[in-house]
Amino acid sequence: MAEVLERVTKIIVDRLGVDESQVKLEASFKDDLGADSLDVVELVMELEDEFDMEISDEDAEKISTVGDAVTYIESQK
Amino acid sequence: MSLAGKAALVTGASRGIGREIALELARQGANVAVNFSGSEAKANEVVDEIKALGQEAFAIKCNVSNTEEVSEMVKAVIEQFGRLDILVNNAGITRDNLLMRMKEEEWDDVLNINLKGVFLVTKAVTRQMMKQRVGRIINISSVVGESGNPGQANYVAAKAGVIGLTKTTAKELASRNITVNAIAPGFITTDMTDKLPEDVKAEMLKQIPLARLGEPKDIAKAAAFLASDDSAYITGQTLHINGGMVM
Repeated sequence: MAEVLERVTKIIVDRLGVDESQVKLEASFKDDLGADSLDVVELVMELEDEFDMEISDEDAEKISTVGDAVTYIESQK
Repeated sequence: MSLAGKAALVTGASRGIGREIALELARQGANVAVNFSGSEAKANEVVDEIKALGQEAFAIKCNVSNTEEVSEMVKAVIEQFGRLDILVNNAGITRDNLLMRMKEEEWDDVLNINLKGVFLVTKAVTRQMMKQRVGRIINISSVVGESGNPGQANYVAAKAGVIGLTKTTAKELASRNITVNAIAPGFITTDMTDKLPEDVKAEMLKQIPLARLGEPKDIAKAAAFLASDDSAYITGQTLHINGGMVM
């Protein structure tokens, strides 16, 4: 979990230009981290690459917070 | 050469306008994937011509209305060239008939290739272009998408749809430095227009102020411009190339 969160955090910081301290599990990409819809799509793309997995459009739509992303990745391992 | 080092995919590139666009992009320095659905021999001729120009090229079969085939095609292009900078959605068919006689199947065939195909291929390339933070998408519409044309309800609906799709895609992808424009050719001499009866052609000629039919290269030159860095500030537009037929 910690390792996944760390890697997810790094991607979010790089992609959205936010401070690491803002990346909390309950943080919403759109409401708290300033992402627009396209940013979220891109984040999902990068997560796919980083964790070498495919995230279906259906599943991707359910990912709205940092915690959602981490939980999803953990569940696919 | 303004397109040196760029990688392009042109759909429906074995014949007509698509063929000329593929060749022109190559003349400007791009490597080109030549998509075809039926005419493999013709596609291979285009590939040979591009190679003779000193650029890389390969032919790839794909029905653009089939999601899986489209996804395989785009994957193959990116594997081959390592990137994808230019997409030209050119593949198109006609199944002309008067509205009252038009079969549902004729409607569906044309909409599937000419409109859904643009959506599917665009969707498939977007990921790569977003990552690159640069891309050029050029959709081939038609003058009749603007003016309407008796006997072509399906084709006109699809080509008008392409203009709307172009504008929306342009708005969605602008922040990623991907431009999306349409070209609406008028009456261009190709296999598609050769099929028209002589009297129809003569009638169309009367409506063209520049008093000649267009040639595929008239379209290809504009496509190469829209594919280049010189057109960086142009997006969501439809460029009408029709000898003044519709203004």
